[in-house]
Amino acid sequence: MHVDDHTIEEMRHHIRRYLIVGGALALGTILTVWASLINFGSREINIVVALVIASAKAFLVAGFFMHLISEKKMIYAVLSFTAFFFTGLFFLTLWSMAHASIIQIR
Amino acid sequence: MQPTTHASHHEEPGFWQKYIFSTDHKVIGIQYGITGLMFLFLGLCLMSVMRWQLAYPGKGVPFIGPILSHLLGESMVSKSGVISPDLYNSFGAMHGTIMVFLAIVPLAFGAFGNFVTPLQIGAPDMTFPRVNMVSYLFYFLGGVLMLCSFFIPGGAAKSGWTSYSPLATIADLNLRPNGQTFWIIGMVFLISSSLLGAVNFITTIIQLRAKGLTWMRMPFFVWAQLVTAFLLLLAFPPLEAAAVLQLMDNLLRTSFFLPTGLVVSGQVLHISGGGSPLLWQHLFWFLAHPEVYVLILPGMGIVTEILANNTRKPIWGYRSMVYSILTIGFLSFIVWAHHMYLTGMGTRIATFFQTTTMMISIPSVIILTALFISLWGASIRINTPMLFALGFLPMFGIGGLTGLPLGFNASDIHLHDTYYVIAHFHYIVAPGTIFALFAGIYYWYPKATGRIMNETWGKIHFTLSFIFMNLIFMPMFIQGMSGMSRRMYDGGANYAAAPGVPGLSPDIIHLNVGISHAVWLLGLSQIPFIINFFWSINWGRKVENDNPWDSTTLEWQAPTPPPHGNFDKPIEVFRGPYEYSVPGHSRDFTPQNEPEKQAPVTHGNPVRS
Amino acid sequence: MEIPYAVKPRPDTGLYNAKVGIWLFLASEVMLFGALFCSYILLRVNAPEGMWPHHWLNIWLGMTNTIVLIFSSVTVVLGWASLKMGQFKKYKFYQAITMICAVAFLCIKSYEYHDKFIHYQINLKDGGIVDGHLVKSETTKDVVVVEGRRIKDIKELYNPPLDHEGEIIKIPRADIKIDPATREPMMENYGPWHNTYTGIYFTLTGLHALHVIAGCIVIFFIWGPLAKVWEKDPERYINRVEVSGLFWHFVDLVWIFLFPVLYLL
Repeated sequence: MHVDDHTIEEMRHHIRRYLIVGGALALGTILTVWASLINFGSREINIVVALVIASAKAFLVAGFFMHLISEKKMIYAVLSFTAFFFTGLFFLTLWSMAHASIIQIR
Repeated sequence: MQPTTHASHHEEPGFWQKYIFSTDHKVIGIQYGITGLMFLFLGLCLMSVMRWQLAYPGKGVPFIGPILSHLLGESMVSKSGVISPDLYNSFGAMHGTIMVFLAIVPLAFGAFGNFVTPLQIGAPDMTFPRVNMVSYLFYFLGGVLMLCSFFIPGGAAKSGWTSYSPLATIADLNLRPNGQTFWIIGMVFLISSSLLGAVNFITTIIQLRAKGLTWMRMPFFVWAQLVTAFLLLLAFPPLEAAAVLQLMDNLLRTSFFLPTGLVVSGQVLHISGGGSPLLWQHLFWFLAHPEVYVLILPGMGIVTEILANNTRKPIWGYRSMVYSILTIGFLSFIVWAHHMYLTGMGTRIATFFQTTTMMISIPSVIILTALFISLWGASIRINTPMLFALGFLPMFGIGGLTGLPLGFNASDIHLHDTYYVIAHFHYIVAPGTIFALFAGIYYWYPKATGRIMNETWGKIHFTLSFIFMNLIFMPMFIQGMSGMSRRMYDGGANYAAAPGVPGLSPDIIHLNVGISHAVWLLGLSQIPFIINFFWSINWGRKVENDNPWDSTTLEWQAPTPPPHGNFDKPIEVFRGPYEYSVPGHSRDFTPQNEPEKQAPVTHGNPVRS
Repeated sequence: MEIPYAVKPRPDTGLYNAKVGIWLFLASEVMLFGALFCSYILLRVNAPEGMWPHHWLNIWLGMTNTIVLIFSSVTVVLGWASLKMGQFKKYKFYQAITMICAVAFLCIKSYEYHDKFIHYQINLKDGGIVDGHLVKSETTKDVVVVEGRRIKDIKELYNPPLDHEGEIIKIPRADIKIDPATREPMMENYGPWHNTYTGIYFTLTGLHALHVIAGCIVIFFIWGPLAKVWEKDPERYINRVEVSGLFWHFVDLVWIFLFPVLYLL
């Protein structure tokens, strides 16, 4: 197939980006493990730190590998509705069960 | 140079390719339609057996009872035909499951959605025809699994269509696999079928609209299918996840939904515990509430098309209806726990769900009101599709309005799990959606077959169905308000009032008899429809042209029946979907794809402007 | 009959059909895994204090698997980029690496699963608990031999020290406590039935592994049997590669959350 030089130049730029993001992801993984071994005092802080790092990694994969950062409006629309309903599922379910009794072990 | 013949480009497909493994949306639509109608009838049959037990508790079912005993075993049905509580529960659970997942959704979404949507947007087919075929096959396989479950030891699932844990796991604990196992695996197939269908529908509507068919020029039917598809796409997966978890509870002794310390028949269960029955309910209802909108929205779409066509007027408030249906779709995801008011939720969260539930009634009323107003000043043509469409309006009205006391936390305390609930949702789905489906069948039958179904028998079918539907479900409101619970094998006899003991009055219980007779008569009333449906294929009155109803929408611009690829000329759209009785035009309708031209103003304009 | 916009994007949406389709499908997958994560949170929050396991999984194996998947994500997008530049051979090479990574991931996962199935919790009549891996070669019908540790309190079971040397422990079967409810010896492996943690662990990672297998099969089919489409219609081929790549990245994305949630927290 005919590929012009402009495309090749563009792709080389993208490839550099992919490699940098890949490196960042690997670093993020090591960071997550290291952070989980630190005692911050309360478990909640470990949870928040781990989820923040995971979210950052997810943003990199979705944004750059999946090209979401330059995607079309239609896709953004579908995904924002999904994000809203996903959040609803989580928070409403957890909120509903917050008053349910804790199970006692025998 | 050798001229290439047309035959060298495609060979005529064989029987299997053409009718069984077809990738053509119209064939797939008809496959969904026939299979769906068969399951609809089966659901009615299951209920007919149950209604005998409710009307005449403890008496053997005549004729059919001994046959069922032979087929399903004497532990289920005694030799004389008395059905057991287990069978009653089984039939109850399967009636719900079959009607919702194997009949209504496949008909409303699979059949009508598949057949009509690509035609109405001017497309040659769905974007993913092979995925479409797989959708139908998954549905078929799921259905087969559900049917097989009746014949395995223990019988079909018997924990309600809602399959609440722990009952769903501890019913038939000693049988592995059991009916519930089949139900779960069947559901996985059905859910996958719907997911694939949803992807297909949404992509098709976004990508394959004909030139000039902007969003606001789409027939309301297509909007309805689009929102339905989104509901299926995003609401079904949590149930699929929950089904996998329940399957593991049933087969692998996990405890996702089983609490610690569960005792069954005096024995402590050998499970790890730590699970939550409420978790199942949340995951189930997260789907099941949007699911009820899946059941009604396509019906609203069908009724809208038929009303516009037979009033010879544009639909009043099309834009409001579109915004309303989008709002319904959105809100339907955040109302689900109104099915769970009695589970001990905190008052703040219950208030949240009550608020969203009240909010969602508003767009529903807007849509119904717009349809009613569309009748004002109309030139109403009475034919069978129109009768069913008109019948839909007050029936859905009753169903929808009776939902309000259920949506309020306080009144729901008295009405939850009573026959009131059964009456409420059946009014919406039975004389609601099913009437819309009948309307659609009578309406689009000429496009699919080139013949019109017999009008007299159609009117008889409508009249009888309308009468009996109301005789069945109206008394159930009264029974429910008196406190009669759902799912009671003895029809309430256990809770009957006795001297000094408050309870259900004998009159309330006696209503069961009338209701049962109405059910059987409703079943008989479908016979003219079934005969008409098959007879008209070969002997119905032939249509004179491709557009027998003088409709404006694009499906009537295709040949009859439409060939593979649908249209014989490229489609370009110039106007909205309901250009009926436009002043200054010589005809009382203008098809969407008819090019603009100077319209001569003639005398003898047959339409009142 | 040609379906429009299967290859060339539709002007007003800027998308070709399969791209819309795959994103819709991924949206449904977000809801699927989301429901399972939601279940995880609920089950964990409802567990009594101190009764939720920590560090029952090998962190280093999990980290390796994470790096393997990230690496495969890089190779899958490099494969697609090579195709965009017309370099078919490079694409073949990168996709082969992707598939090898997938197989490596599954091998490590299988090893981890196997490890759980031979890991037993044995309750003793004297109230103590033994927690260790079964040494099958030495176990007989009279004596169970495990490599592990003895613990007094059940809470120690849920919080094992990170680096613990296992000792060989021989337990006569007669010493194993009998469960009064089931009348079976209380010796259970760490399968999904063991508690809600193992249950949700196996479900989440099992479903994820099924997606890895499915993704790998699809990538293989496009790489192998369908490679001839590249000659006839390169743009169509690139679209298929892109769509399968999007699915693969999603699989990686799910693992990015699974790893800390199940292994680290």
